[in-house]
Amino acid sequence: MAGVAGGGGVGGSNDFQWCFSQVKGAIDEDVAEADIISTVEFNYSGDLLATGDKGGRVVIFQREQESKSRPYSRGEYNVYSTFQSHEPEFDYLKSLEIEEKINKIRWLPQQNAAHFLLSTNDKTIKLWKISERDKRAEGYNLKDEDGRLRDPFRITALRVPILKPMDLMVEASPRRIFANAHTYHINSISVNSDHETYLSADDLRINLWHLEITDRSFNIVDIKPANMEELTEVITAAEFHPHHCNVFVYSSSKGTIRLCDMRSSALCDRHSKFFEEPEDPSSRSFFSEIISSISDVKFSHSGRYMMTRDYLSVKVWDLNMENRPVETYQVHEYLRSKLCSLYENDCIFDKFECCWNGSDSAIMTGSYNNFFRMFDRNTRRDVTLEASRESSKPRAVLKPRKVCTGGKRKKDEISVDSLDFNKKILHTAWHPMENIIAVAATNNLYIFQDKIN
Amino acid sequence: MAAALGTGGRGQEAGQEKQAMQHKDPIAPERAEELKLKAKYPNLAQKPGGSDFLMKRLQKGYFDSGDYNMAKAKMKNKQLPSAGPDKNLVTGDHIPTPQDLPQRKSSLVTSKLAGTHGQV
Repeated sequence: MAGVAGGGGVGGSNDFQWCFSQVKGAIDEDVAEADIISTVEFNYSGDLLATGDKGGRVVIFQREQESKSRPYSRGEYNVYSTFQSHEPEFDYLKSLEIEEKINKIRWLPQQNAAHFLLSTNDKTIKLWKISERDKRAEGYNLKDEDGRLRDPFRITALRVPILKPMDLMVEASPRRIFANAHTYHINSISVNSDHETYLSADDLRINLWHLEITDRSFNIVDIKPANMEELTEVITAAEFHPHHCNVFVYSSSKGTIRLCDMRSSALCDRHSKFFEEPEDPSSRSFFSEIISSISDVKFSHSGRYMMTRDYLSVKVWDLNMENRPVETYQVHEYLRSKLCSLYENDCIFDKFECCWNGSDSAIMTGSYNNFFRMFDRNTRRDVTLEASRESSKPRAVLKPRKVCTGGKRKKDEISVDSLDFNKKILHTAWHPMENIIAVAATNNLYIFQDKIN
Repeated sequence: MAAALGTGGRGQEAGQEKQAMQHKDPIAPERAEELKLKAKYPNLAQKPGGSDFLMKRLQKGYFDSGDYNMAKAKMKNKQLPSAGPDKNLVTGDHIPTPQDLPQRKSSLVTSKLAGTHGQV
């Protein structure tokens, strides 16, 4: 039932519309760098939503159980746990700063009462265990209730401590630290479908880890040239296939995707499949390569397709067809005539992410001016919505936005020159099963839900 | 495509021609942007995706740790005040211990996403 647009819906429901649900974060105009959200991720059930920020902190929200008194409003997301995942470091050997910014968070599938996630900065990946404690033992023999040790010679009787309920406490503890395996900056981590291994990718190399082993990691892709002067391409993203534990893909700054099979050889420098859309050589410009750089790659839940995001578009590829994508969606084509200024203010290097909905029928990605775009793959309808405080009334329906490119600007349209390029939506996430989306707008996290009529 | 238009009547014709060409050739805007860029920066390297560009991406270093600490101190002025009391009073009286030194503010301050101010 997951559909897309406002104003005339899709997927069998004519009344499908997106509504504001919640917003997290401060309203201040002055945004501290540390508060900028750098990653957003739902867990496998969608009950937990994790965010990472530039200050190295992780905040996890939990969905409240639906209440019988408000049947039309879905469960809200409230803070469950927050902790400092990474600290800033200085590499004294190379005189390089290691930022504490959380680049990616990936959840592990849940196997017991505790929740596990991997969080990474540029150099170090950490496995965090988030567990609940709602009982406390009382009646110890060797210490008092306030923790003071009792004199053992004064103890005349033994008692069995009993468990008493206490206020729920959520604790986060680092269980594994996977360090010192990356010379360059880590851009991706991906948990394997075998639930035992995961990969981490930096600009030039991809490593395979076992979740239990921190002192060893296998290098499976290495594109570093013998002579660094010959470097023409870097790895921009990597992901494991959702079902085939031997298959992964990685994308490059030249707009290509390579699919590798770990069964074919230990070192996957030679790809099994190579995905690239042919380009008309006469249309090449100074900007061609930069805007073709893929900033994100995501497999569909089905495992049959993958989606890539480059600067101006989102492409869906069928894994069985390497020579071109099966679908291409323009995100903000009007920016093509602004590339010069976007190069000057560095916006052309912004890395937008993209995501699928649970049924793979729709895809979403961010843009500028706090706009984000959704595309329905079946009806080919698309919509532009905005994450703003102005439309933050509870259950307010989001109005579709339109950017005007030509001469005459209609009422409610916004012209390309009025777009705020500092308000970028780089990170978005879609609940794995329901129509709930989380959109990170700089230092604020917006949650939108569909409206059921 | 960026050729100067003629004057007067001819100018109008050429303008219409230019529009017609843009409709036919969707790459024109990109090329026009490239010419704009080259006009501003004549020394721009020919291959933007070449090794110089990528090397710049991969290496963002400091001269040494002193350089790094100076840069951090400069940035600190623009950011949030630290949550704890100001510990900058350690000068000359006694040998400072690690507890006396000012800490990085981000470790001490909880994320605003976890607070209640501004939440809906």
